[in-house]
Amino acid sequence: MSDAAVVIVGAGPAGLSAAIELRRRGAGRVVVYERELQAGGAPRHTDHLGYGLRDLHRLTTGPKYAARLTRSAERAGVEIEVGRSVHSFVDRVVTTNGAGGPTSVVAGAVVLATGVRERPRAARLVPGDRPSGVYTTGALQQFTVLHHQRVGTRAVIVGAEHVSFSAVLTLTHAGCTVAAMVTALPRHQTYAPLRVATATRHRVPIHTGVEIAEIVGHGRVEAVVLSDGRRIECDTVVFTGEWIPDHELARCAGLPMLPSAKSPIVDGGWHTQQPGVFAVGNLTHPAETADVCALDGCAAATHVMDWLTLQTWPTAVTPIDVVPPILWAAHTALGITVRVAEFVEGRIECRVGEEIIHRTRHQKWTPNQAIHLPRVANVRSIQLIR
Amino acid sequence: MPTDRVFDVVVVGAGVVGCAVARELSHLELSVALVEARNDVGAGTSKANTAILHTGFDATPGSVESRLVARGYHLLRAYAPTVGVSVEHTGAVLVAWDDEQAASLPRLAEKATANGYDRAEVIDAETVRALEPHLGEGVRGGMVVPDEHLIDPWNTPIAFATEALANGCQLFTNLHVTTLEVGSEVTRLIAQDGREVLARFVVNAAGLHGDTLHRLFGFEGFTIRPRRGELIVFDKLARPLLGRTILPVPTSHTKGVLVAPTVFGNIMLGPTADDIDDRSATGSTRGGLDTLLQKGHRILPALLGEEVTAVYAGLRAATEHSDYQLTSDHGARYVCLGGIRSTGLTASMALGEEAVVLLASIGLNSTPQDAGTRSPVRLTPLGEGDARPYQIGGTIICHCERVTSAEVDEAVTSAVPARDLDGLRRRTRALAGRCQGFYCAAEVCAHAAVASDRPMSAWMGLP
Repeated sequence: MSDAAVVIVGAGPAGLSAAIELRRRGAGRVVVYERELQAGGAPRHTDHLGYGLRDLHRLTTGPKYAARLTRSAERAGVEIEVGRSVHSFVDRVVTTNGAGGPTSVVAGAVVLATGVRERPRAARLVPGDRPSGVYTTGALQQFTVLHHQRVGTRAVIVGAEHVSFSAVLTLTHAGCTVAAMVTALPRHQTYAPLRVATATRHRVPIHTGVEIAEIVGHGRVEAVVLSDGRRIECDTVVFTGEWIPDHELARCAGLPMLPSAKSPIVDGGWHTQQPGVFAVGNLTHPAETADVCALDGCAAATHVMDWLTLQTWPTAVTPIDVVPPILWAAHTALGITVRVAEFVEGRIECRVGEEIIHRTRHQKWTPNQAIHLPRVANVRSIQLIR
Repeated sequence: MPTDRVFDVVVVGAGVVGCAVARELSHLELSVALVEARNDVGAGTSKANTAILHTGFDATPGSVESRLVARGYHLLRAYAPTVGVSVEHTGAVLVAWDDEQAASLPRLAEKATANGYDRAEVIDAETVRALEPHLGEGVRGGMVVPDEHLIDPWNTPIAFATEALANGCQLFTNLHVTTLEVGSEVTRLIAQDGREVLARFVVNAAGLHGDTLHRLFGFEGFTIRPRRGELIVFDKLARPLLGRTILPVPTSHTKGVLVAPTVFGNIMLGPTADDIDDRSATGSTRGGLDTLLQKGHRILPALLGEEVTAVYAGLRAATEHSDYQLTSDHGARYVCLGGIRSTGLTASMALGEEAVVLLASIGLNSTPQDAGTRSPVRLTPLGEGDARPYQIGGTIICHCERVTSAEVDEAVTSAVPARDLDGLRRRTRALAGRCQGFYCAAEVCAHAAVASDRPMSAWMGLP
């Protein structure tokens, strides 16, 4: 059994950024375990612009961003072990599995940065046949970007949030026409310019207020039937968004979870309820852009260093209470991020007890969009006043 | 490829029953062929099973089904561990949710005894609750069935087929028998694409299409009325909610909606029971899924807070009769194993024995093969309670289910190889987990492509 100052689980933007910052601060041996065969996380397969703005202060593509972070980590002396899955951690003894057999390492601190995934078709209980040609954006991008495969010729995209528009780009690039986007919500949930560009350049119609009632096709997808009865012929269906933290490790370690976000409960310093165990990135807020996750990792490194040197842990790690239509609220390096369940108008108020310590102006809020509030100390609850 | 060779016995249908028959026949000095319309064994009704190894406590006493389930239970429970098919002993509790159901429990216990199972015991509501603390409100009583087991339903037919092939049986897949000519010595089975297989004796294990084949032989007697069962499988993180299988009080129509763990560590909710006409309607329906969620909410409320990893529907080969339809005909040299419903998994090995007895009764002479020449079969067990290859070492390519690249290699190059992702999923669990391929689908396909020397697009199901 070996020793490490810090073990980080997951070599995506949050994990790698935490590792780099920890090395920069002199943390000693920092090991990042990555179960995939390459480091970099989800940006590896998101081959379009939109990365690096807030952390690197430059706009780049996902694969370039992932490669750059990985190089920086290696240069900083971070040990990245790819193809190695963390099986468990008990009293900060981290056990792993991989090609060379099982290992275990005693860590001064454990940082969970296991990221998010999209909710797949089965979990959305979409009825119908089970043909091939049904993907999530993540799977689609890995087929097209990492393995240079073509998918079908005509796709329907389920969802109309940011990632759904990313799927449009991926499909178009792979030579697949997008027949339609479908969202159960009354409007799309991305930025207006992105919607306009998609409508004009790619001529993708968005069907709002409808769901996929059935997937049709034996062997291969033939069509989808919408809940309003319309039938759209297609050979590919992409389920986008509905982010779920990949929280198996956190849950199996007994970390209390926030039921709404399905994230481990952390405070503003990314402390979980287990001393020495931190959680960062999209595991704690499903989902933010890669740069926010990277900034989380950097900021969390300060708290990890404090733990390593002082061995003190907050006495109470509690979640931020929210009231519907707010779904959940979580800490990021930028402050607080919030999600709403529906299109809604009003002010968002942050409170400590009965005292309002921050209040936004009255405005419209969009579901599935990150709502960033400034960092306010000791915030206990967040609500929306219509 | 089919040849001019005349097989002593041709088994039509490589579901769990056909594979069990082929295995049993392969132990005799006979030439045997197993013919399957799909591209894989166990890929029809057998793949959508509740995966329970039943004691047969609730069968109709005196029925063929009762006898064969009871016999098959013991045979399969003993056989499975020897070939790497996962079996888990959890027991079951049958739960009464109203006073009428509670009143019927003593009668069910008597029925169990009549079926030769004497360990079922009626218990009160508090005892049920103590056994399964996560059950919903309204439990009125229950009956424990301590010997119900869980089994890997997919590796069961694969193990049978692998063993049969190792003993010389030939497997023809993608061969859909549509015409036949019964001669004085030889029966000619002709497929849609013109291929032929010649047989002295034929065993009908065609499941959902058993009546069609039966009619090709010129017989009547039963008609398959597909009974669709929809199932929802929940993530392994739900497993702590349940200790054992939760059975409902059965009706004459169906065993009802149960909540059961699987050997893989999931929790399964289902099945529904809808009589339908379309034998290809294996799609799930909004109504069916809503019914399951409603029942699931009552039985195990916390279950609905967990993620779903699979939804599927299977068609049971029900008929107008309540019992299995086993017949033989001397003149046609033909044995029919028809109307085998969801209990077919449990009864499969007993049906294998039964087929041999029926074949002998119509003139098939055979002698046992020298057991010493048989090749042992050993699949990689996939149960949560089994030692899995990743624990020893190996590159994991499906992370949710911890499937190693070596297991994928094995599954696509074995004697009974996976031909598509569904087949790979059944053999290895790859893509069967909570991410449903978000992380691993491309990597798994790429790996299967290299190992099988087929293009990646074939594994992606592209035309």
